[in-house]
Amino acid sequence: MQYIFLIYGDESEGGSSSPDEMAKSMQEWGDYTQYLKDKGYHLAGEALHPTHDATTVRVRDGKTITTDGPFAETKEQLGGFYLVDCPSLDEAIEASAKMPVGPDGSVEIRPIMLFDEEGQPSS
Amino acid sequence: MLGDFDIAEDAVQEAFAQAMRVWPERGIPDNPGAWITTTARNRAIDRLRRERTLREKTAQLGVVEALESLGGDETDVSGIPDDRLRLIFTCCHPALRMDARVALTLKTLGGLTTGEIARAFLVPEPTMAQRLVRAKHKIRQAAIPYRVPPAELLPERLPGVLAVLYLVFNEGYAATTGPLVRTDLCDEAIRLARLVVTLMPDEPEIRGLLALMLLQHSRRDARTDPLGTMILLEDQDRARWDHAMIDEGLAILDGALAARRPGPYQLQGAIAALHARAPRPEDTDWPQIAALYDRLVDTSPSPVVELNRAVAIAMADGPERGLALFAPLEDELDEYHLFHAARADLFRRLGRNDEAAAAYRRALELVTNPRQRAFLQRRLAEAEPA
Repeated sequence: MQYIFLIYGDESEGGSSSPDEMAKSMQEWGDYTQYLKDKGYHLAGEALHPTHDATTVRVRDGKTITTDGPFAETKEQLGGFYLVDCPSLDEAIEASAKMPVGPDGSVEIRPIMLFDEEGQPSS
Repeated sequence: MLGDFDIAEDAVQEAFAQAMRVWPERGIPDNPGAWITTTARNRAIDRLRRERTLREKTAQLGVVEALESLGGDETDVSGIPDDRLRLIFTCCHPALRMDARVALTLKTLGGLTTGEIARAFLVPEPTMAQRLVRAKHKIRQAAIPYRVPPAELLPERLPGVLAVLYLVFNEGYAATTGPLVRTDLCDEAIRLARLVVTLMPDEPEIRGLLALMLLQHSRRDARTDPLGTMILLEDQDRARWDHAMIDEGLAILDGALAARRPGPYQLQGAIAALHARAPRPEDTDWPQIAALYDRLVDTSPSPVVELNRAVAIAMADGPERGLALFAPLEDELDEYHLFHAARADLFRRLGRNDEAAAAYRRALELVTNPRQRAFLQRRLAEAEPA
């Protein structure tokens, strides 16, 4: 089963981290990525720039409307993701519980919809 | 390279076909052999991944089929224990909403119809039907596993399972409609509790729950008269209690309490044991029961627990003291028929017949079980002046 882990947190926090804290955080995320690889779960994963660099695009009546900022203003923002392949939701929960998101972060697990060769959802 | 010869062969063929399309446009690569190998490998991985996904999807369909086959027929209480235990952990998975877990377990393992579950939760039947469909959909799409969780996951998964078994038993103990007791549901809850005890013999709360169920269910034959009308605990013929079941329940409870890790199910089991141990109603140790309810209010507070505590205090210290504790619960329990029935009973004991009659009438507005209704009507007739 493929899942995406959507990593949410308050992006206004952590900006004042010292270089040591930054290095420690990088190390934790590197270790976590390695853990997913060692388990054979890892397909992809990226960190995202904060939402003030986001652009939201809508096409309405044929016109492209471009707005600065994220789709929705929320208390916690999407900060990154992993795409994984693991046997069941239990392994996905176990793996996302190990993520170094800190005391206020959370991870949303979404199963990936896959399509067969005729373009039908393969389930 | 890949182990599966057929897939490797197909992949190489696809890679050559790809080469015939791509090379004329982009030119022949520097190392054509390596290009073919890499392309073939990528194709094979894609294909293996697709096949594996299909296999996993098929396995999930198996889970839902198992749910359907066990849940379809109300009288189907057969089935292999291991399957049912796997099913209960699937139905009680924390990724499902709590109301969906209970509903799915009642449907799949308890054999209740969608309509009965809807009435038990006081929601319209289409709402409950949709809740069940959504839960099954999530089991399939999110790949909630069909298995007993590994040992390290059991402690966090167990309380949810116990809560569901307790609710199944309760629906059997005081059925929403039909006869007062639905023995099949009680038996099923007890059977499932025994299974979980076997699975986790060191967990005292499961044994506490099993003991509670056995002690309550031991009174099943004494709880109704030949017409099916409810008989209260103090009016029951205690010779008709199932004393073998009581003995088993008491032994299991003692074993659980010996672990010295009490919890809400062991406390409720201990209360049931005090009733079971009393040869006559007047021998009941009400002060001890009230003390156990005090602890239950501390560990798992709820208005219903407080109501039971008020009744125990009324029995220990007199109806007036109990009635004083009813007033603060009125807002939260006004829709609960047993609140009004218990209040009516205390007025009756005090000879305050007008107030008793009013409370019986309010209970009659809310009661759904016909056997309880018959009982309340008789009491109302006794309280009303002729």
